[in-house]
Amino acid sequence: MSASPSYPSAKAVEVSDSEVACAVCGHRQSGAEAESSLQVCPACGAHRRISAHERVRQLVDPGTFEEWDRGLEGEDRLHFFDTRAYPERLEEARSRERLPDAILTGAARIGGFPVGLAAFDFGFLGGSLSTAVGERLARAIERSADTGVPFVCVTASGGARMQEGVFSLMQMAKSVAALHRLAEVHLPFISILADPTMGGSIASFAALGDVILAEPKAMIGFTGARVITQATYEQLPAGFQTSEFHHARGLIDHVVDRRQLREVLTELLAVLDTAPGDGHGAAA
Amino acid sequence: MSLPAPEEASSDAQSAAWARVEVSRHPHRPYSLDLIERCLDQFIELHGDRQGGDDAALVIGLARLGQMRLAVVANQKGRTLEERGRRNFGMAHPEGYRKAQRLFALAGRLQLPVLSFIDTPGAYPGVAAEERGQAWAIAQTLEAQLALPTPYLAVVIGEGGSGGALATLLADSVLVLENAFLSVASPEAAAAILFRDAGRKQTAAAALRLEPRNLVDWGIADEIVPEPPGGAHTDWDETAALLRPRIEARMGQLVAAGVDPARRRQRYRRLDGLFSA
Ligand SMILES: [Zn+2]
Repeated sequence: MSASPSYPSAKAVEVSDSEVACAVCGHRQSGAEAESSLQVCPACGAHRRISAHERVRQLVDPGTFEEWDRGLEGEDRLHFFDTRAYPERLEEARSRERLPDAILTGAARIGGFPVGLAAFDFGFLGGSLSTAVGERLARAIERSADTGVPFVCVTASGGARMQEGVFSLMQMAKSVAALHRLAEVHLPFISILADPTMGGSIASFAALGDVILAEPKAMIGFTGARVITQATYEQLPAGFQTSEFHHARGLIDHVVDRRQLREVLTELLAVLDTAPGDGHGAAA
Repeated sequence: MSLPAPEEASSDAQSAAWARVEVSRHPHRPYSLDLIERCLDQFIELHGDRQGGDDAALVIGLARLGQMRLAVVANQKGRTLEERGRRNFGMAHPEGYRKAQRLFALAGRLQLPVLSFIDTPGAYPGVAAEERGQAWAIAQTLEAQLALPTPYLAVVIGEGGSGGALATLLADSVLVLENAFLSVASPEAAAAILFRDAGRKQTAAAALRLEPRNLVDWGIADEIVPEPPGGAHTDWDETAALLRPRIEARMGQLVAAGVDPARRRQRYRRLDGLFSA
């Protein structure tokens, strides 16, 4: 595996009926071209944020994904109201993202290797940690442990979900408790950080990968840059909180271009395979 | 019967919620070392994370409570201008959380029960903290708590802000002082996120339901410890006199019951109680 060159990041994609434009360099592609280039701009390398469904499509061997816990939903325990009622926000996100909450989990194969997989959906209330997200994540970790397969998680999460208050905070503990079970059976956790991975998500499960990969120029950190500036008036160093910034400080193993991610994951699963040569490995 | 349509809390409810936050942050409220001095029979502070730093926002030490030997970890705020700076208002850098990890490891080796005091607005939101892996330090501290092989009691004595509080909260039993709170974010930060206006902290404080009674109802805390009338700041000795027997009783129970870190992990795995499987 080699560290990728740096690419400018892109937070959004402008959409017309049939075309998308790179938010960084303006390069235009058809929707189909953008999908086949994995939502990475071919001109400047900017990585666009992608949904959990698209992430799974990109990573797994075709036809191998079997979703877990689809029907599992949380509750509005705090009866929360900010500028709108929380259940309204949830319903809107559910129909937009075609997900019950901000995570998709299931069994899959990557390069022939069976894994438990979780993918966060940043478009769903910022990929934030609700009780349902935490529960689905914890169950995916435990099912990986119980079925004897490595666990792979692609995180794209702003951290806590304010609308679930202290229950959201406690999902950090829940995820770490679940990871203990995976460690007990000596199975690897490969943590992949996408843009952005912040707050309670990186301060719990996402930082505890046995191997940590990150997409280029993803924003990663405990406290967001805007809050730090407001709280401390500190000058932010160049590239602050990017994947490359954390890689240079020994906090991330590899920065991996999305176009190499499947291949890199397959290599990792191969090197960690406990039964090499039994036939289920090796990329097709 | 269906619940009434959700709406913003009444202005009375908002004022009440905010008043409690102000008591928890009262400048004369007893801080961790004030209560350690009054509740414990002996306390010897230890210094440093053994990796190059000693964060004064978080203190660790060895203690005795009656016949019991204890390892203690506590957030520490400063009282004077100088001390507030040195203690960084109780907001730890990664070195603080690594110091806590050192304490958990020490407790495991020497078979010491752990007592923690939580009183922090949160982990420090600064450039240097991020550069040195604030998120990683907190995550590893969560892991260390859930692997600790000895009895572990946490006491929330003031502010319990976000991941920084969680770093010393994941105990077998959790006590909460009557005017303390535990929150996913400070009311100011929550207001900034929810309303893009930190000034709406009172509305956020009410919406977040910070009353300790809720923590007990929800299974996150086990017991509320009363404070003297008006709040802990009115009488530190009385506050400690009310707290010490609760620590003795709870820690005694945990020691007598024997410790199973798997049960502690189960507590935090199952705690939202929404999912039966
Ligand atoms: Zn571009």
